[in-house]
Amino acid sequence: MSRQKTLTGGIFIGLTALSVLLIIAVIIILLTVIIIGGKGTFSWEFLTAFPSDGMMKGGIFPAIYGTALMVLIMSVAAVPFGTVTAIYLTEYASEKSILAQTIRFAVRTLATVPSIIFGLFGLGFFIKFVGGGMDNAFLGGQLKWAQPNILWASLTMALLTLPVVIVSVEEAIRTVPRELREASLALGATKWETIRRIVIPGSRSGIMTGTILAVSRGAGEVAPILFTGAAYYLATLPTSLGDQFMNLGYHIYIMSTQSANVDQTLPIQFATTMVLLLLTFGLNLTAVIIRSRLRRKAAK
Amino acid sequence: MKATKITTRDLTLFYGSKMALNSISLDIPEKEVTAFIGPSGCGKSTFLRTLNRMNDLIPNVKITGEVLVDSLNIYDKQIDVVNLRKKVGMVFQKSNPFAKSIFENVAYGPRINGINGRSQLQEIVETSLRKAFIWEEVKDRLQDSAMGLSGGQQQRMCIARTLAVEPEIILMDEPASALDPVSTAKIEELIFELKKNYTIVIVTHNMQQAARVSDLTAFFYLGELIEFGKTRKIFTTPDKKHTEEYITGRFG
Repeated sequence: MSRQKTLTGGIFIGLTALSVLLIIAVIIILLTVIIIGGKGTFSWEFLTAFPSDGMMKGGIFPAIYGTALMVLIMSVAAVPFGTVTAIYLTEYASEKSILAQTIRFAVRTLATVPSIIFGLFGLGFFIKFVGGGMDNAFLGGQLKWAQPNILWASLTMALLTLPVVIVSVEEAIRTVPRELREASLALGATKWETIRRIVIPGSRSGIMTGTILAVSRGAGEVAPILFTGAAYYLATLPTSLGDQFMNLGYHIYIMSTQSANVDQTLPIQFATTMVLLLLTFGLNLTAVIIRSRLRRKAAK
Repeated sequence: MKATKITTRDLTLFYGSKMALNSISLDIPEKEVTAFIGPSGCGKSTFLRTLNRMNDLIPNVKITGEVLVDSLNIYDKQIDVVNLRKKVGMVFQKSNPFAKSIFENVAYGPRINGINGRSQLQEIVETSLRKAFIWEEVKDRLQDSAMGLSGGQQQRMCIARTLAVEPEIILMDEPASALDPVSTAKIEELIFELKKNYTIVIVTHNMQQAARVSDLTAFFYLGELIEFGKTRKIFTTPDKKHTEEYITGRFG
């Protein structure tokens, strides 16, 4: 009996160890394959040059630039909106109010919607409806905003990352102790002053983390921008919100599916993947560092 | 007997359907220390928090009766609760410094009142910290985080922060219950000094503390005010048997 128990325990430990090893192995294999495949191509020039020779050679600078610009515009839209929503949900709405419950349900649902649906929504709502409306209202029907561009792509991506921001900020706001709110109110501060001077500063790390996680998610997603702004190849960088843009994830996708010679572009695909991974990994690492630093500061 | 500062008339409070205070009527005199004593859950803290409307923050609280501060009913619709709380300051059981510098903690109240001049703020901060007997300990590190202070120092800084708003009444909710005897002694000494200029209402679990610092004592039990009078009388010849039993440690 006891021997059998020891045996079962041993098998269980073995299985857990195996699962852990498997996960680590997958990551190592993935990284190794990408690094081996891309290292010959990865260089300073690769990061700073435009693609050349029908995208068979050259660099990916426009894709890096386009991705960075997109996540920037996306953050400008998603972070303030998400923060304000989180403040409303935690500070003003009563838990049981129908409005608050509806918002929470919407946020949860939004987080589970497949990203391609966001792409289709962006096409239908931003490009056809808003863009078309703008063209009709201001340009007499001339085609300008009713086509894919970096603004619509960024806003579509902002919708996708909104739940990440809302949830992170909400969590952070909940960690601000009731005692601090009471201290502020007891000193004659209004509710809004308390939120502005105590609650929001106390949630800074959460807002920062939410932003970075959203950026990292946005930088890696392709589906939402497929129809809303990403371009196969552009000879110039986007200079206005009405321009299309190149994007790292989309670049990998088209290189591996639309390229004239997929095998020849394989090193570029690997190297682009490396850049994308470095970017998202770097962002996530920054999020972790900022969070821990702010926590340490708060604990002081 | 000094002039009355706070009066409550038939003050009754419900948390949901549970009665926490039952028709409390008492008069708190100006510039004296009034202590509330009683076992845990007797309503003394709840009662304290009705005096600056801190209970407003808790959902499902229903209050009837009157609380008059300087003869004005503070539960009247026309009363601005923000102004009320400037006049009726509060020090909490657990010291609750903001994650800011010592200077910014004390300057918080003046700042929300629109005082932004550097020299004016400096003056208020110094005066308040001096009044709270902590200036000498912190004057060289005003820009350091308040979280780095000891528990007793934090609590005195919180008192300074309350004084910076220039209240007339200071409510203290077991201000020394989390402190060591030395820090407690400092707080008590401070209370003694503060009552020259402020009306102080203090909730305490510590019978000796109530006897030491207060002029008047109110004994609460199960949401009712059992006895209220001069501290000396309450602690030597209480009228009610219940009070005597509690003070002599027979229950609670």
